[in-house]
Amino acid sequence: MQKSLHINPDNCTGCYQCVLACSDEHGGDFNPMKSRIQVFRFEDEGRYVPYTCTQCDEAWCQKSCPTDAIKIDANGAKVIEDALCVGCKVCTIACPFGTVNYNADSGKVIKCDLCGGDPACVKACPTDAITFINADTTGFDKMRAWAAKTDAGTQSA
Amino acid sequence: MAWAGKLLRVNLTEGTCVSEPLNMDWAHTYIGQRGLGTKYLMEEIDPMVDPLSPENKMIMATGPLTGTNASTAGRYSVITKGELTGAIACSNSGGFFGNELKNAGWDMIIFEGKSPKPVYLFIQDDDAQLIDASDFWGKSCWDTEEGLKAKHGDEFIRVASIGVSGEKGVKYACIINDMDRAAGRSGVGTVMGSKNLKAVALRGTLGVKVKDREAFATAVAAGKAVLAENPVTGQGLPTYGTQVLMNVINESGALPTHNHQDVQFDGAHDISGEAMHEPRKSDGKPNLVSNAACFACTIACQRVSTIDRTHYTVKDRPEYHKASGGLEYEAAWSLGAATGVNDLDALTFANFICNEHGIDPITFGATLAAAMEMYEEGIIDDKITGGVKLTWGNAEALTTMVEQTCLVEGFGVELGLGSKRLCEKYGHPELSMAVKGQEFPAYDGRGIQGIGLAYATSNRGACHLRGYTIASEILGIPEKTDPLESDGKAGLVKAFQDATAAFDSAGVCIFTTFAWTADDLTPQMDAACEGEWTTERLLEIGERIWNMERQFNLAAGLTAADDTLPKRLLKDAAKTGPAKGKVSELGKMLPEYYEARGWSAEGVPTAETLERFGLS
Ligand code: SF4
Repeated sequence: MQKSLHINPDNCTGCYQCVLACSDEHGGDFNPMKSRIQVFRFEDEGRYVPYTCTQCDEAWCQKSCPTDAIKIDANGAKVIEDALCVGCKVCTIACPFGTVNYNADSGKVIKCDLCGGDPACVKACPTDAITFINADTTGFDKMRAWAAKTDAGTQSA
Repeated sequence: MAWAGKLLRVNLTEGTCVSEPLNMDWAHTYIGQRGLGTKYLMEEIDPMVDPLSPENKMIMATGPLTGTNASTAGRYSVITKGELTGAIACSNSGGFFGNELKNAGWDMIIFEGKSPKPVYLFIQDDDAQLIDASDFWGKSCWDTEEGLKAKHGDEFIRVASIGVSGEKGVKYACIINDMDRAAGRSGVGTVMGSKNLKAVALRGTLGVKVKDREAFATAVAAGKAVLAENPVTGQGLPTYGTQVLMNVINESGALPTHNHQDVQFDGAHDISGEAMHEPRKSDGKPNLVSNAACFACTIACQRVSTIDRTHYTVKDRPEYHKASGGLEYEAAWSLGAATGVNDLDALTFANFICNEHGIDPITFGATLAAAMEMYEEGIIDDKITGGVKLTWGNAEALTTMVEQTCLVEGFGVELGLGSKRLCEKYGHPELSMAVKGQEFPAYDGRGIQGIGLAYATSNRGACHLRGYTIASEILGIPEKTDPLESDGKAGLVKAFQDATAAFDSAGVCIFTTFAWTADDLTPQMDAACEGEWTTERLLEIGERIWNMERQFNLAAGLTAADDTLPKRLLKDAAKTGPAKGKVSELGKMLPEYYEARGWSAEGVPTAETLERFGLS
């Protein structure tokens, strides 16, 4: 079964636990700027929205890489192979979502690699705003909620 | 590890920014943040200085856990001699600023002297510089924060700033960071303004490391689990915020109302956490938009609210139609119950204004309540108030006066003095509901005996956050004590005060203590910080910090006579509710407290006590 990260911003409190878990997992320290997941705060609306790579099947980043440094692992994650990455940043331009970014400390790019199949952000999130679930059924929870509403509308009170 | 190991010394007179190694001996003896900042202040200033003179210093300090992923570990404190109180001041704030300072590689910033002209400090990792702030002087905290982000072209900059109130000497100006988080009490923003320092803007990208990553991950996960499973931190606070308390405290007969004349408020429900969830008539939406978290916080108690767009305060002011930091319990109480105003939108508006311009809503609301009592009693009249009718429950008086106070105009100039100076000015010092010049928060010391003692003995003046015995006396954490009983409260207050000093100094939020004891903090400290950290050591440091703060106050000229409560709490019995007929039994508790502390009958730490904590 292929799993994917599923984000539900309605639950997000903007706590940065996911961001901190990601930077710790990949960099060994707590450094929000070096996290592969970022949380954007729309303060005027009271909304907090986590955002990261959704692992496109046909990945623009991968196609654009001149050194074939972006590989697909067993979980379907597009993973940067550091030994091959030359830091040309073409993939950061190719990604339509901006989720591949350059890291000046290493001279390579960084992006979400699903932590080898057990994403640290998911474990850290206190509100289930990020879950790692069956990629084929990520919409079922929303469908269930709407199904309940639709049905309620047809029942007499 | 955990500590960045260096501090930034900013001499505002000379215009210099110099890096210095952190005194690690002190870090191991005082932890960080509140404890370590106070140690530096003790060593570097004469406690007798005028708080607004260049000789006073102001320290912004993080704790060793600040910037890690320990739950709530994003805190910083501002430590200085407070303008409102003349006592040691330490105001703690959340949001994201504390982490940014730590991630830029600094444990603390020490500001000294006074800049010849308005400046702001801009830090990008190792690079720190003072920059001319004349474009920002006169602006609100909100405009300053937005303006600095725009000027530097970076939305991730974190800003702490003062408003006009801080520039012009309102005695309880605060420092606002991240738009609606505040180092709120004791006039720390007033001190910042006296130094011509408008703002601190930060960008940190260096990362924070801990001693033992694996052990830290285990300890942090365990701490998070305890918070998630606890009914207060796992459910009550996320759902209702601190406003979960409004109805509870009202029912306990300890909700100070009408300047502490009453202990229950008819309008409590209208301004409660529950009411913030109720749909309003105009658009069917509730006041509350969402709950939100400070950095790394898994509790997420913060309220984000909107004001009804048809409300008189904002119907012609669309700039206030956006969501912003909403009512926390203390502000809902001070702006509401203390003044008798039960209009939730008026309170939300007043709270926005306090955040926008940087004044402490607790002291403001309590000062307005004292002014209202003087107005109702005929001590002050329309000539003095500029025609504004300061009658109990008058929402328009509240919303007019909050803007006048923030902008230092009209009768707001006098409200900006705080209740002690205001009531003294009009010959009625007994009407100021304050200790050491700082107003009470939202709990009455007659209906909750322990908190009365905690107020009287708090080193920074009346404060609920120095020893939150409400946890035990009302919520039963860690065990229930009878709020009406004064027996045993001396020990309870001391235990809360010591533990709180340790939690504050570590860099985590005191709200964790609804669920955590020091035993939950210890493994996180031990995994993060060099050396060996035990619960005994943490609590010993907490007690050392308390004694050190006391030494500061004694050297600043305060005495046991300042450890008291207003006559109203000592002589006028509560009129209604479970505490009906009761006064505060401070006279009985205080000597017990001094003894438990190892202080003389005059409230002075004995030589033996000082020696025990290495404070001789
Ligand atoms: S950990 Fe969860 S709640 Fe916190 S910022 Fe990330 S997604 Fe939002």
